[in-house]
Amino acid sequence: MNSESPQGRGAPVGRRVFLGTLGLGALGIVAAPALQRGTEAVLSGDPTGLTGLLPNGGGFRYYSVTSSVPHKDAKNYQLTVDGLVDRPASYTLADLRALPQTRMVRDVQCVTGWRVPGTPFEGVRLSHLLDAAGVRSTAGAVHFTCFDGAYTESLTLEQARRADVLVALRMQDKDIGHSHGGPVRLYVAPMYFYKSAKWLSGITVTQDVEPGFWEERGYDIDAWVGRSNGRDDEPTT
Amino acid sequence: MNRRPDPRQTAARPELAPRVRRFSAAERWAHRATAVLMGVCVVTAAFLYLPALAELIGRRALVVTVHQWAGIALPVPVLAALGSRALRADLTLLNRFGPHDRRWLRAALHRDKRRSSRPAHKFNAGQKIYAAWAAGATLVMLGTGLMMWFTHLTPLTWRTGATFVHDWLALTLGVVLAGHIGMAMGDPEARRGMRTGSVAREWAEREHPLWLRERKSSR
Repeated sequence: MNSESPQGRGAPVGRRVFLGTLGLGALGIVAAPALQRGTEAVLSGDPTGLTGLLPNGGGFRYYSVTSSVPHKDAKNYQLTVDGLVDRPASYTLADLRALPQTRMVRDVQCVTGWRVPGTPFEGVRLSHLLDAAGVRSTAGAVHFTCFDGAYTESLTLEQARRADVLVALRMQDKDIGHSHGGPVRLYVAPMYFYKSAKWLSGITVTQDVEPGFWEERGYDIDAWVGRSNGRDDEPTT
Repeated sequence: MNRRPDPRQTAARPELAPRVRRFSAAERWAHRATAVLMGVCVVTAAFLYLPALAELIGRRALVVTVHQWAGIALPVPVLAALGSRALRADLTLLNRFGPHDRRWLRAALHRDKRRSSRPAHKFNAGQKIYAAWAAGATLVMLGTGLMMWFTHLTPLTWRTGATFVHDWLALTLGVVLAGHIGMAMGDPEARRGMRTGSVAREWAEREHPLWLRERKSSR
């Protein structure tokens, strides 16, 4: 390089920009709680819904573990109850609708961080179906299967008998649509939302807890909101 | 008829060659591999993040795994190419800002599009800032991504913060990348430089006059 070269000398601005970006990233992690409150306050006032595409825009997010999920409706939906029970049963959507319905309004908390406040769920208490089937004394847990063909979940019998665990038919005061896991999904109010299996098709009473789909991939089996998965969210019940 | 310089003559006098060497093979392959990995990260991110796309493809566990490994691999091509002297020399050029870079930035801020007010060496000031910022942002994405992946490594408040930074920086990076690709789309000769390694002399004269002048004077 000769002496008139405009390069090879000069301030190392590139390095400063690089290190500055790293520093801002670290600062962002520390300042996130305050920043997040700010963005949520700004974004919650949006009537267009476009901000739903932005981070923390609120609302539900669609998660499925399979490539495609068959659609089921009143014509072909079936929910079976079997395993360690005296009276295995099979329910159509009409059967489930004819049973006593319970409505609850709680927050929904996903383990990935999003929370949807005050969401109404309505359906049949799981304990009602278990009592109708006659759970045997050797049973200790309930295993759930789904008609997406892959997802599974589990609860201990004690958890499954809680009054805030539903076989849900309605969400947000509408019949549950396909993308939200309809026509029937599990709703486990006090736990992270991955416990509320979508597209519920089978309830099997078992002796011991069999870890579900995400639980085999490192998620906690007892998924109490605020007391599991290393998170401290405000409990939903 | 076009009068092409005699190849025998241009070999002896490279300043007359119609094409100017711009990027070495190592640099071009590093760019290509980085672009592919970044593309995989962006596409899988879209399928994880945008509800319409998530409903279309599902397979969440698989998409997550692909996203994670593409992210981990993202810095590898450039790190591997650090063995190349050409890349290290270009990193030096990208790092140092001279008075002409300040002029370029001032002109960019004032939307002054005249060539004379936008002097540039091998990389203009905009490209330099893009390179430095993209490198930093990629590492921030990698760090925050690792914090979300290996949840036991850091306390929860850090992880929540990492998620926040990862989400918003992803959006920013997406916009900036679109700008990077958009500018390349608008400049076929710049793309040819990255594809073949050399650019037309007229293009270099127009876009990077200080670079071309130095090449001449240093021979």
